[in-house]
Amino acid sequence: MSDLLYSEIENDLRAGLRGLLDDKCPWGDVLAGTEREEPYDAKLWRAVAAELGCAGLPVPEEQGGAGATWRETAVTMEELGRAVAPVPFLGSAVLATAALMAAGERDLLTELAAGEKIAVLAVPFTTAPGVAMRDGAQAADGRLTGAITSVADGLAADVLLVPAQDGLYAVDAADARRTAVTSLDMTRRLCDIALADVPARQIAAGEAAARAVRTALLTGAALLASEQLGLAERCLETTVDHLKTRFQFGRPVGSYQGLKHRLADLWTSITQARAVARYAADCVAAGDPDTEIAVAVAQAHCSAVAVRAAEECVQMHGGIGFTWEHPAHLYLKRAKSISLAFGTPDRHRAALAALLDLPQA
Amino acid sequence: MSTALPDADDLRARVDEFLAAHDPATMEPLEFLRARYDAGLAWVHYPVGHGGLGAPRALQPAVDARFAAAKAPRNQPERNGIGLGMAAPTILAFGTEEQKRRFLRPLWTGEEVWCQLFSEPGAGSDLAALGTRAVRDGDRWIVNGQKVWTSMAHEARWAILVTRTDPDVPKHRGMTYFVCDMTAPGVEVRPLRQITGEAEFNEVFLTDVAIPDEHRLGEVGQGWQVSTTTLMNERVAIGGAATPRESGMIGVVAKLWRERPELRTAGLHDALLRAWVETEAARLTGERLRQQLTAGQPGPEGSAAKLAFAKLNQEVSGLELELLGEDGLRYDDWTMRRPTEVDFTRRSPGYRYLRAKGNSIEGGTSEILRNIIAERVLGLPGEIRVDKDVAWKDLPK
Ligand SMILES: Cc1cc2nc3c(=O)[nH]c(=O)nc-3n(C[C@H](O)[C@H](O)[C@H](O)COP(=O)(O)OP(=O)(O)OC[C@H]3O[C@@H](n4cnc5c(N)ncnc54)[C@H](O)[C@@H]3O)c2cc1C
Repeated sequence: MSDLLYSEIENDLRAGLRGLLDDKCPWGDVLAGTEREEPYDAKLWRAVAAELGCAGLPVPEEQGGAGATWRETAVTMEELGRAVAPVPFLGSAVLATAALMAAGERDLLTELAAGEKIAVLAVPFTTAPGVAMRDGAQAADGRLTGAITSVADGLAADVLLVPAQDGLYAVDAADARRTAVTSLDMTRRLCDIALADVPARQIAAGEAAARAVRTALLTGAALLASEQLGLAERCLETTVDHLKTRFQFGRPVGSYQGLKHRLADLWTSITQARAVARYAADCVAAGDPDTEIAVAVAQAHCSAVAVRAAEECVQMHGGIGFTWEHPAHLYLKRAKSISLAFGTPDRHRAALAALLDLPQA
Repeated sequence: MSTALPDADDLRARVDEFLAAHDPATMEPLEFLRARYDAGLAWVHYPVGHGGLGAPRALQPAVDARFAAAKAPRNQPERNGIGLGMAAPTILAFGTEEQKRRFLRPLWTGEEVWCQLFSEPGAGSDLAALGTRAVRDGDRWIVNGQKVWTSMAHEARWAILVTRTDPDVPKHRGMTYFVCDMTAPGVEVRPLRQITGEAEFNEVFLTDVAIPDEHRLGEVGQGWQVSTTTLMNERVAIGGAATPRESGMIGVVAKLWRERPELRTAGLHDALLRAWVETEAARLTGERLRQQLTAGQPGPEGSAAKLAFAKLNQEVSGLELELLGEDGLRYDDWTMRRPTEVDFTRRSPGYRYLRAKGNSIEGGTSEILRNIIAERVLGLPGEIRVDKDVAWKDLPK
């Protein structure tokens, strides 16, 4: 059985990262950032990716990484989720990194691991692992033409990894036309991408390319569960703190069972989310044959828990929770958006039905 | 410093060595189980000398699996859930060496079944309100009172019993915990029929029952702390057992789904998959809890395991009846019986559906568990307590 606990190294990593985020990424700054032009917090990204070295966690040392695993990367995702940190970690340090590792690409991987460059896998954020994908582009003579919508972290990217009919290609982002999308979650912005006969470098062909994309999506979906876990925990903590100090009818509102019982249920679900997210991360890290089931379970479970946590956070804060000045909406927008990312819980249940031989009616 | 804790490899080697010296096929089952206990391979996280090796709790399933694969005699835990899950850890935590020596071995081997004399007609969720009196008489105690909903009392050789020893102090302070001999004069067990038709549980009347002081567990007046240990373990025992994927109630329904395509509908498919995911989440959570516990006592966090288990068991057993359609209208047998084991998935779909309703009541209701999580884990303010500083004898009853 997998180790579902956190190692000492993971705890140290978490402590360092949380300290950094408390200092450099308070929610007030995150909120202000949502109304600025810059699609992400470049200073924060440098600190997390390069200075702390989080971007290269799963990358082998000889390729400039930290030689750790996806488990430690998952802990990073928990902390970034707690802070709704506006950095392209999921896009670059998870999806693009996983794709490059699977494709056996080295130079770009080394640059990503060092936090020197940002790359993204150019697919719609809702793309589910294992679902047959519409290629975003057509390749001809080393040039790509096509359009891809709703790419997460795409505005931050230096390099786009684009699946085409015959392989996976790297495109210089400056050659693409990127249109910013007004996103439900402005802490992880989307963009639409148009490629008009732009130069491209093939990094994997045929089945190897398909495998790299599938691995990247599976890894992304697995680790997104950890982001959902971190976010849900933060929502619960914020809510519990509020309920202890807010008095109505002469008592703290947290003494009313109507609220206590809902939070106890939420805590129970979060406890489960931790177990399934750890299991999914461990499966991905180990290349376990159970990975597909583990990821589908993690996404079906954790997406819903994060959304419920954020919705309860708004509701239990009352009027103040509905204001722009309170962070609850940042969590809500992130939680709802990522419940659609890599497929909704329903799609993951459908995937499970096939994996478990529990066919439809 | 003592030597390092045994790890998975050590345990595997010890089990193999044990099996080489004790042939499960030829040995008398009870002798085999006693020898397994004495070799420290009963519950490996228990101390050396009491059936264990002080190893991490998480290693137990692998040991059990190895014995099962060798077709070794079982100690039939379904016959003695209260003994194994609740009495034993309480005796381990509060018992004297002599009590541990006397009680734990026959408890583990299944020679002696245990029951739990906690609830009373006037004290269920509010266990600390209980009124069964124990009065000191030299080196023994005389007990009078009535207990109720006592599972397996008709099978039990021993009971864990909480009593009131001081009615003049607030309720939590005046309680004392004992081990009660169910064959002692004055113990009367009457079946109490359940919604399933059978009587797993009983009423137990205690009339001038004499209990020697050496059967007291913990100090006089410490009964509430000792009971809390029992209850925390009960919640982990009910919801946190090591189970393979797709076993228990979801296993029953998944099998039915695969075997009977004509029963399938789109809505039930969705419900089945949701339940499958939640069951797997609960299973992994139990696994993580065991990894965390190693050899320690469970805390209030364990309540979540039981809370989730009850909800799922009820949902999935209800789903089974809906899936069955017309067959779901039939019940196997309403005859009043006194079963010898507790197993939530036995008998028939109708039985499973009804029995699952007890899961959110037994061992602390789901409402009480939510209170515990909210207050003891999340630190939310407590309920308004009107009885906190009132002597037990002055409480409204
Ligand atoms: C199948 C089964 C087996 C059992 N086996 C045993 C056994 O072996 N030994 C034993 O000692 N007992 C046993 N019990 C008894 C069980 O522990 C009690 O029934 C349980 O603790 C509830 O107590 P009660 O029945 O008095 O209900 P009550 O306490 O009267 O509760 C009634 C309702 O009020 C709710 N409630 C009570 N207090 C609060 C509160 N503070 N906040 C919110 N809601 C509240 C409860 O959740 C419940 O819904 C068993 C019960 C069942 C069903």
